[in-house]
Amino acid sequence: MGRESSPKQTMAYTVEQLVALNPYNPDILPDLEAYVNEQVSSESYSLDANLCLLRLYQFEPERMSTQIVARILVKALMAMPAPDFSLCLFLIPERVQMEEQFKTLIVLSHYLETARFRQFWDEAAKNRSIVEVVPGFEQAIQNYAIHALSLTYQKVPRTVLAEAINIEGPAFDKFLEHQVANYGWVVEKSQGRGQVIVLPRTEFNHPELKKSSSDGIPLENITKIFPILG
Amino acid sequence: MAAASYDYDDAPGYEEGGPRATDLGYDPNFVPDSVKTFVVHLYRHIREKNVYEIHQMYEGSFQKLSERMFKESPWPSVDAVSAYVDNDHVFCLLYREMWFRHLYARLSPTLKQRIDSWDNYCSLFQVVLHGVVNMQLPNQWLWDMVDEFVYQFQSFCQYRAKMKNKTEQEIALLKQFDQAWNVYGVLNFLQALVEKSMIIQILEQEKEGLEEFTANDGYSYTGGSNVLKVLGYFSMVGLLRVHCLLGDYHTGLKCLQPIDISQPGGVYTSVIGSHIATVYHYGFANLMLRGYVESIREFSKMLLYIFKVKQYHQKSPQYEQILKKNEQMYALLALSLSLCPQVKLVAEDVNTQLREKYGEKMMRMQRYDDEAYALYDELFSYACPKFITPSAPTFDEPLVNYNQDAYRLQLKLFLYEVKQQQLLSGVRSYLKLYSTISMVKLASYMEVDEPTLRSILMTYKHKTHAVSVDGKIISNADVDFYIDDDMIHVVETKSAKRYGDYFMRQIVKLEEMIHEVDRVKLD
Repeated sequence: MGRESSPKQTMAYTVEQLVALNPYNPDILPDLEAYVNEQVSSESYSLDANLCLLRLYQFEPERMSTQIVARILVKALMAMPAPDFSLCLFLIPERVQMEEQFKTLIVLSHYLETARFRQFWDEAAKNRSIVEVVPGFEQAIQNYAIHALSLTYQKVPRTVLAEAINIEGPAFDKFLEHQVANYGWVVEKSQGRGQVIVLPRTEFNHPELKKSSSDGIPLENITKIFPILG
Repeated sequence: MAAASYDYDDAPGYEEGGPRATDLGYDPNFVPDSVKTFVVHLYRHIREKNVYEIHQMYEGSFQKLSERMFKESPWPSVDAVSAYVDNDHVFCLLYREMWFRHLYARLSPTLKQRIDSWDNYCSLFQVVLHGVVNMQLPNQWLWDMVDEFVYQFQSFCQYRAKMKNKTEQEIALLKQFDQAWNVYGVLNFLQALVEKSMIIQILEQEKEGLEEFTANDGYSYTGGSNVLKVLGYFSMVGLLRVHCLLGDYHTGLKCLQPIDISQPGGVYTSVIGSHIATVYHYGFANLMLRGYVESIREFSKMLLYIFKVKQYHQKSPQYEQILKKNEQMYALLALSLSLCPQVKLVAEDVNTQLREKYGEKMMRMQRYDDEAYALYDELFSYACPKFITPSAPTFDEPLVNYNQDAYRLQLKLFLYEVKQQQLLSGVRSYLKLYSTISMVKLASYMEVDEPTLRSILMTYKHKTHAVSVDGKIISNADVDFYIDDDMIHVVETKSAKRYGDYFMRQIVKLEEMIHEVDRVKLD
């Protein structure tokens, strides 16, 4: 997923520390803005730092940069399935959300939240200027789509998968090959038509793997009847 | 009239229409004997570190005197009583804190009074933070300080945001004292109390048995002071609350993390007001983050607790507040359950109450039509915190009110989430009827095409699998399923009846009863 792999670890460490030590200090605002750009260029991510910046904007709206806010929101979309996009919206004044670029991002988020991937990719294609400034965008969304599919399917029809991640033709075959080799995917013939892809087992698509925590009786309840038994 | 010389009357008190301190012939310098006795005794008990007596006077005498003598006027000014307490600096700060709290509760504070109260908190917290306070105060009092501090901040933001009716004088004051109740100041005081008290480290060390905090309810029995430690502890709850008021739920929950609320017996439960505030905000934040199971579980526990202990609080000054929060938490529970129908997590007594209060509304909320949205709106608006806009006004003409902005935004985003989930209740009810069903069949039952059905099913999975603050995926699903190619397999998450637990409880009950019967002597 590449979220943690920042090539400039030392920089990340410093800003994270800055946030931890000064969560309510307006002086770190420029550092946090620079850090957003740093996250974009180095394909790293820090929700806490970005929320801290949005908080400072909330306290002093006159210092807000809508360009930075837009970048934070694109990064938050890339963090799906985590609810980061909503977390950011909660802090952004409604009048700012009315701006065209934010309306677009909200629509994109809506498509992702409701798993309408076809519409999402169409809409994203129309708004390359907003999303393509952030490297790794496409892949992050593909990862989310695979996450959502893996929660839902044991075996997913090839066409459904291809549409969700927006890859077709030879590129799709290459993608599949890669997943089969590295992540244990299996390509099978479907009973009816075409192929199905067997996704890795998780407790979510194989609910029988879920450990049942409701079995058994807590020890403290048993201790209550010790005196009676004795 | 003596009140004319009282320097608090330079801003008109008009706010919520309560009586004004200055209207009532109130003489701030007159100290009745009962007040003299009160401060002298309270001062002595504080010096002697007699927590029990302090608590009695704080909870009992102060309320009684307020009820009897200061129903519609403030207590005597601090300058008038300081002579009876050796002009003790810290005592005077504490007295003023109570003085303002009483004023806020019974009268409408003027802008100048709001600013003065802020100054008093600054002085009080600074004294505490410098570690020169060597007192032992009841948890109730320390909680009330943090609670009131956050309340007055919220109240100030609400007041300031109503710009339309401000007089020139008020605007001049707002500009002059722009640091009063400044959001940075408020957050930094709470944060400083957490840090200086070392409470996070203390709670860590307690887990390893190196420190006793929870076991003593935060009190110190070795001659030390509990004030900084316990204020630091409650400040974590204060931070959770402020962040919720700002719509920053993630950060709020992070602030509370050092307190493990799944464990019974934390110090926050030692005061009912703090117990309720903690769970209310924790549950609300989780509701907004789609952590429905967590909010249902904690609301249910809290409501059951209130259900059981309510009667013992009838005479307490917090009783009304307890009832109000109780009702609000039922509304929040109704919202959580409408989005995530995990009724099995709810205690039986709570569920009965819930059905009585919201049973019919919850049925209608499942329909996801306009009326249903109106109900989601109604319950949310009734039960949500009083959101604030923390920034100062721009003072540009024309002056506009912005006190509703923050609330409207949170409501809108919540309803947005509800709309994204509107098709889930339909699919949920079909899934309950089948163990397997083909995509084609379910699509025709739901009157949608196949791609739409696939989206709905994935949305169901996505929305019922929340990502927690620490990045783990947590299933909130009541009905679960998986798809194998074109076939949906439904997995019954029937909660195995916990017979073991049931019998265990009955054994204990029976034993108690036999014991009771044995004690009855037959003549």
